[in-house]
Amino acid sequence: MTVDVVVVGAGIVGAACARALARRGLAVTVLDRRGAASGTTAHGEGNLLVSDKEPGPELVLAQHAARRWPSLVAELEDELGSDRHGFPPLEYDPKGGLVAATTAAGAQPLRDFAARQRGAGVDAREIDVAHALELEPALNPALTAAVWYPEDAQVQPVAAAEALLASARRAGATVRPGVEVVGALRDGERLVGVRTSDGDIPAAAVVLAAGPWSGVVAARLGVGLPVRPRRGMVLVTTRMPHVVRHKVYDGDYVGATQSGDAALQTSSVVESTAAGTVLIGSSREQVGFDDRLRVAVLREMAARAVRLFPFLADASVMRTYLGFRPYVPDHLPIVGPDPRTPGLWVATGHEGAGIGLGPVSGELLADLFTGAEPATDPAPFRVDRPAVLDAALDEPHPSESTPSENTPSENTGEAS
Amino acid sequence: MSRRTVVVVGAGPAGLSAARAAARAGADVTLLDASDQVGGQFWRHRALPGGGTAPDEPTFHHGWGTFTALRDVVATHPRVTLLTSAQVWALERLDAGVRLRVLVGPADGAGREHLTLTPDALVLATGAHDRTLPFPGWQLPGVTTAGAAQALAKAERVAVGDRVVVAGAGPFLLPVASSLLRTGARVLSVHEAATPASMARGWGARPAGLLGAAHKAGELGGYVGTLARHRVAYRLGEAVVAARGDGRVEEVTVARVDARWSPVPGTERTVAADAVCVSHGFTPRLELAVAAACAISPDRFVVVDDEQRTSAAGVWAAGELTGIGGAEAALAEGWVAGHHAASGAPDDAGLARAARRRARSADFARRLDAAHGIRGGWTSWLRDDTLVCRCEEVDAGTLRAAACATGSADLRSVRLTSRAGLGPCQARICGRTVAELVGATEPAPGGDTGSAPAVPDRRPLVVPVRLGDLATLPDVPAADAP
Ligand SMILES: Cc1cc2nc3c(=O)[nH]c(=O)nc-3n(C[C@H](O)[C@H](O)[C@H](O)COP(=O)(O)OP(=O)(O)OC[C@H]3O[C@@H](n4cnc5c(N)ncnc54)[C@H](O)[C@@H]3O)c2cc1C
Ligand SMILES: Cc1cc2nc3c(=O)[nH]c(=O)nc-3n(C[C@H](O)[C@H](O)[C@H](O)COP(=O)(O)OP(=O)(O)OC[C@H]3O[C@@H](n4cnc5c(N)ncnc54)[C@H](O)[C@@H]3O)c2cc1C
Repeated sequence: MTVDVVVVGAGIVGAACARALARRGLAVTVLDRRGAASGTTAHGEGNLLVSDKEPGPELVLAQHAARRWPSLVAELEDELGSDRHGFPPLEYDPKGGLVAATTAAGAQPLRDFAARQRGAGVDAREIDVAHALELEPALNPALTAAVWYPEDAQVQPVAAAEALLASARRAGATVRPGVEVVGALRDGERLVGVRTSDGDIPAAAVVLAAGPWSGVVAARLGVGLPVRPRRGMVLVTTRMPHVVRHKVYDGDYVGATQSGDAALQTSSVVESTAAGTVLIGSSREQVGFDDRLRVAVLREMAARAVRLFPFLADASVMRTYLGFRPYVPDHLPIVGPDPRTPGLWVATGHEGAGIGLGPVSGELLADLFTGAEPATDPAPFRVDRPAVLDAALDEPHPSESTPSENTPSENTGEAS
Repeated sequence: MSRRTVVVVGAGPAGLSAARAAARAGADVTLLDASDQVGGQFWRHRALPGGGTAPDEPTFHHGWGTFTALRDVVATHPRVTLLTSAQVWALERLDAGVRLRVLVGPADGAGREHLTLTPDALVLATGAHDRTLPFPGWQLPGVTTAGAAQALAKAERVAVGDRVVVAGAGPFLLPVASSLLRTGARVLSVHEAATPASMARGWGARPAGLLGAAHKAGELGGYVGTLARHRVAYRLGEAVVAARGDGRVEEVTVARVDARWSPVPGTERTVAADAVCVSHGFTPRLELAVAAACAISPDRFVVVDDEQRTSAAGVWAAGELTGIGGAEAALAEGWVAGHHAASGAPDDAGLARAARRRARSADFARRLDAAHGIRGGWTSWLRDDTLVCRCEEVDAGTLRAAACATGSADLRSVRLTSRAGLGPCQARICGRTVAELVGATEPAPGGDTGSAPAVPDRRPLVVPVRLGDLATLPDVPAADAP
């Protein structure tokens, strides 16, 4: 039997694609070589941010996402129920974010950045120290600049991805964990399905949403796609009284997001979760899929967090986890059809923003797939942009990809 | 040429023995233990002011003489550095070898001293903790693990209660009951879930088969004798299936169980008690072995070869970490591990003796599992409101609902949507229980096949660490960076 669409990857992006496509009446099968939401989606944080984005296409998508999230959460809770025996809560919280510069050198770039964002329609309010301390009484008063972003929010990523999948199933989609895509079914140039660890699955179209492994899976399907892993670590404290009220970042977060340097970068994002723990994120390291612990990274993260919130020095970290952000050389997601291979669609490369941008990316893909009017401009995210195609030429030939590259991280990290 | 450096983590029977063997073979040895004393679980003892031991210690322990001899060697040998209150909190895998991160000082004090070690060889002897299956009311004060009761009795001479019920599975229940009696508690009864038939399968047809198990004979025989003298009933095929009380346990329900450990309806009876000590077996402390990328067997022990060498280069393992064999086995394994870690001569006579002693206990773990291994029927004594994860207060109903609503048997997802296992104990207590309840498959952490789901024992931070301690870590030489 041929399905309409096979979605490869059941992370938040694959889940969002599956839901959007299934709700438009398509017969969808989602494959994941492991469990649903077991990849990057379970190894990051759930920040839904506009505050960290330069004016440009990603910010436009993030603004669209910020508007979409509240209605999406309402739809999902309505559909799935959210009482004790219903669906686990998504923990959506539009709590707002505070960006604080802690060095003299960091102050002006942050103000300039906020001014540019205001020009692009972001609600970015420069506030003084007294106001910042009113918002976050435990913050280090030695700030040099502070900007308040009321539009920032947070969600529990695994619950969100599972909810999108559950909704997709209710719309008729099939989710098959433990099924790994190993190759392509071709009819000439055209992709007509996938070969898997559990047999061939013919399909009219294939959506590649395999997160940081998308490059590896693309190679198995016979195309080059420059999606690479960018590692990040997160620290989780033991539960504590609710002291950190919003999302609080040091101003360096901005610089780190945009840079392509391989060197270790850290910047602090400190936030409380619904469960009472405090999450401290995150590092950005380009070390391939190397999942070995690096204590030096933890030290950097701890030092920054303590600088923002001195009281944290006495808090205990009870776990740390790491994940691999899927990134593309121009740091923009890829969403749309692959004109090189009819039948192949791509939704990946969301780097450190896939939780926030995943749902709207799924809807965008479904718009394009069904010929509906897209809610946002899809052009910046197309597969056949130079940054993608040029880099694709440098990708290893399918036969060169080693098995170790294919192995998702084994750590039991999680996102709350 | 500088001498080979060997670090031994854990100063229980296995680690003490490994440290001595490694020093004997000529290595420079650093022996670390998180506790403020050496001896591990087996020889946990009362610490007297001034560092001495109580005159009655020998009556609380088997092989106390063996212990004091080992303790004196590691304390005085010129090539052994002994560090107690030394918690290894992380292990980093370098391109060649490993780096240990250690905090030295009182457990929850601020400003503990940092220590970073990159030995030529590492011996892991981190032991195990006991595993307890949940039952309604197990969160009540007065319900403890048998291991905690044992530690309290041995180290403080304090009994957990006046009228104590001991329950669970495995021969460990016997020394626990016996220690409790010694501290003056009244042990009402010992309930062993294994049925007479499975006891016979594991230990032989004669009821005394358990006692016939090689070296354990004398030790366990002694315990059984103690129970008999105190007229404590040792009842097979029974389990504590509920505890009740107002703010503290006041009574327990005991029931007969069938071969699968399902309670037999109609056999329940109530026993008034102010303490219940429960243990259903042991789970090894795998964190450091997993961090070192040692292969782990499907039944969750570190895989070792004849030389106690793990699959990770430069890493050896011994003791409960490699299989539940008791202190004698741990001593023998420790010797073999320490000797090889130090690159000792293969024809050493002491080594040969240790290897023979180890062979004698080889069958113990298999017999133990055949007789006392946890059987799936126990889940039928759970109710929807029975807490499964005590840290995050997740009950069985919520857990099953989360797994059902998401349709997920993936351990990671179930944990994140239900919060079971995310609390301070980091699923050490409930991890395997949660996996069994949602029907998740639990792969071995070492065997990374692309389709493997969660790895329950991966905890890069072995224990919670203060952010202040992390932030003030000293630099390591750049050449050492991973
Ligand atoms: C430390 C860190 C912090 C982060 N913080 C945030 C944040 O605050 N906000 C935010 O929005 N984003 C954040 N992110 C980024 C976000 O987590 C990712 O962008 C997002 O999870 C990507 O989702 P995905 O569905 O594309 O990938 P994944 O979740 O990785 O899903 C891909 C799936 O594909 C499967 N797969 C791989 N190969 C195959 C195959 N051959 N066959 C079948 N299936 C296969 C995998 O098993 C996996 O489940 C963070 C990331 C990290 C690492
Ligand atoms: C609570 C308890 C009580 C027990 N009592 C008995 C008994 O009375 N009789 C009996 O026959 N068996 C008993 N056992 C079984 C007992 O564990 C074994 O018989 C024997 O002690 C195993 O020896 P070992 O050296 O492998 O481990 P252990 O004796 O458990 O020694 C492991 C040591 O490693 C240390 N350690 C672990 N991780 C770290 C780290 N990251 N950093 C630094 N140090 C670390 C621990 O502090 C501990 O001292 C008990 C088990 C437990 C859990």
